[in-house]
Amino acid sequence: MEQKIDGRAKIKRRSNLNLLERLYLPEIFKGLTITFRQIFKPKFTFEYPDVKWKPPASFRGRPVLVYNDETGVERCVACGLCARVCPALAIEVVAGETELDKERYPKKFEINMLRCIYCGLCEEVCPEEAIVMSDEYELVFTNREEAIFGKDKLLVPASKLKERLDFLKKMR
Amino acid sequence: MELILIAILKAIAFILLFLTVAAVLTYVERRISAFIQDRLGPNRVGPFGLFQPVADLIKILFKEEIIPANADKTLHTIAPIISLFVAYSIIAVLPIGEKIVIGGKEIKLIVADVNIGFLYILALSSMGVYGITLSGWSSNNKYSLLGALRASAQMISYELSLGLSLVGVVLVSGSIRIDEIIKSQANVWNIFYQPVGFIIFLVSAFAETNRLPFDLPEAEPELVAGYHTEYSGMKFGAFYLAEYTNVITASLLTTAFFLGGWYFPFIDIYSGLNPNIAAILQIIVFFAKAGIIIFLFMLVRWTLPRFRYDQLMRLGWQVLLPLALLNVLVTGLVKILL
Ligand code: SF4
Ligand code: SF4
Repeated sequence: MEQKIDGRAKIKRRSNLNLLERLYLPEIFKGLTITFRQIFKPKFTFEYPDVKWKPPASFRGRPVLVYNDETGVERCVACGLCARVCPALAIEVVAGETELDKERYPKKFEINMLRCIYCGLCEEVCPEEAIVMSDEYELVFTNREEAIFGKDKLLVPASKLKERLDFLKKMR
Repeated sequence: MELILIAILKAIAFILLFLTVAAVLTYVERRISAFIQDRLGPNRVGPFGLFQPVADLIKILFKEEIIPANADKTLHTIAPIISLFVAYSIIAVLPIGEKIVIGGKEIKLIVADVNIGFLYILALSSMGVYGITLSGWSSNNKYSLLGALRASAQMISYELSLGLSLVGVVLVSGSIRIDEIIKSQANVWNIFYQPVGFIIFLVSAFAETNRLPFDLPEAEPELVAGYHTEYSGMKFGAFYLAEYTNVITASLLTTAFFLGGWYFPFIDIYSGLNPNIAAILQIIVFFAKAGIIIFLFMLVRWTLPRFRYDQLMRLGWQVLLPLALLNVLVTGLVKILL
């Protein structure tokens, strides 16, 4: 007996079972066959270090700085908005002047990965779309100093972040 | 002198055999459990993860052994030994094949060829509860104690139906020697004479080995790990090993008592063969049949939810015990009348 409640089928328990059902054994046997068939079903396991999971574009991995593939110049103009908005106070930006059109660039840009909570607010607030959440989720360090990522680790070419950048454009 | 030597050699061989089977079983069970849950299970150590038991053994040997502050140290140490001792003593009266011939000498494939094998097994299997009860008592932990109490109540209740279900087999086979019970099934297996007895025995065997759906003594959600909560290192390993050995012996006994041991119905494949080859075939067939029962143990484990305590007791005393008594009565009457 099935009836629909909130779109889900609600199963009514029957209390007047017949003898065969009350014997319990045939029902156990039915259950066993279901368990047995389950053995041959496809498995969902990723064998992690060998097979890596590719997150979808909406995934918020570690935040990275985008730089232009051709010129090699980062998009960041060191406005400091991301450092201001970061709820975990993970970002430190020190601005510097440059001859380029954008006039300012980050002399120092550091994100403390032990503080970052992957909220994505820095990405949201950035006027230049210079800091985005990547799809990298493998973060390993052996001491606290290593966990502070400088520009060397943060800079990633725009071509590698295409999926995320497209996603951001679509969602805007 | 020679007799003693042969007995010792046989005992060592049997223990090694059962240790290996138990080790393989831990691997197989983890793999199959994983498959049932759409996982892969251990597959890293060696090809298909086959060396996982070895890795586990090394790990467990090097683990720190922790004894709780106010525990009874002597009993805490003795308890796993009792469990393991009982589990491996039962093997002594279990024939795994007929005989082998080495240098003109016939050697029976049984450690102790006693004529009360059946009673010996029943007596020893009820000893197993001491290991569990003592471990719970000595741990100074309420969960351990609760698990131990449950274990003793459960084992005492199911021991009865277990023994009574076997009385039917003894009546049909006309012997309490296990090898003769097996031989009497060369044509027709006992399961056809004793279907009710078979089910009672199987259910009681689940309860005796503390496997799901009767694993109340170690029920994780309510008792942490039950009687072995406070055990670590090789002592925990001993309980683990004892449990698996019990599963193997229970399956072998089910095969011996109800599924014709190493015989196939109506076809005698062993008579014309060289006794040594026949013996090897017998061992393989015997263990293969038991393997199917073990597989059933695993399927049941992942199918049925754990019984509630009162349900367990009701099933034992109000269903299985009367059924077993009735079974004995009917078998006896049929035996007299026919
Ligand atoms: S990353 Fe964006 S928000 Fe942060 S300082 Fe650079 S431009 Fe400003
Ligand atoms: S993701 Fe959130 S916590 Fe991490 S750096 Fe950006 S704003 Fe800070």
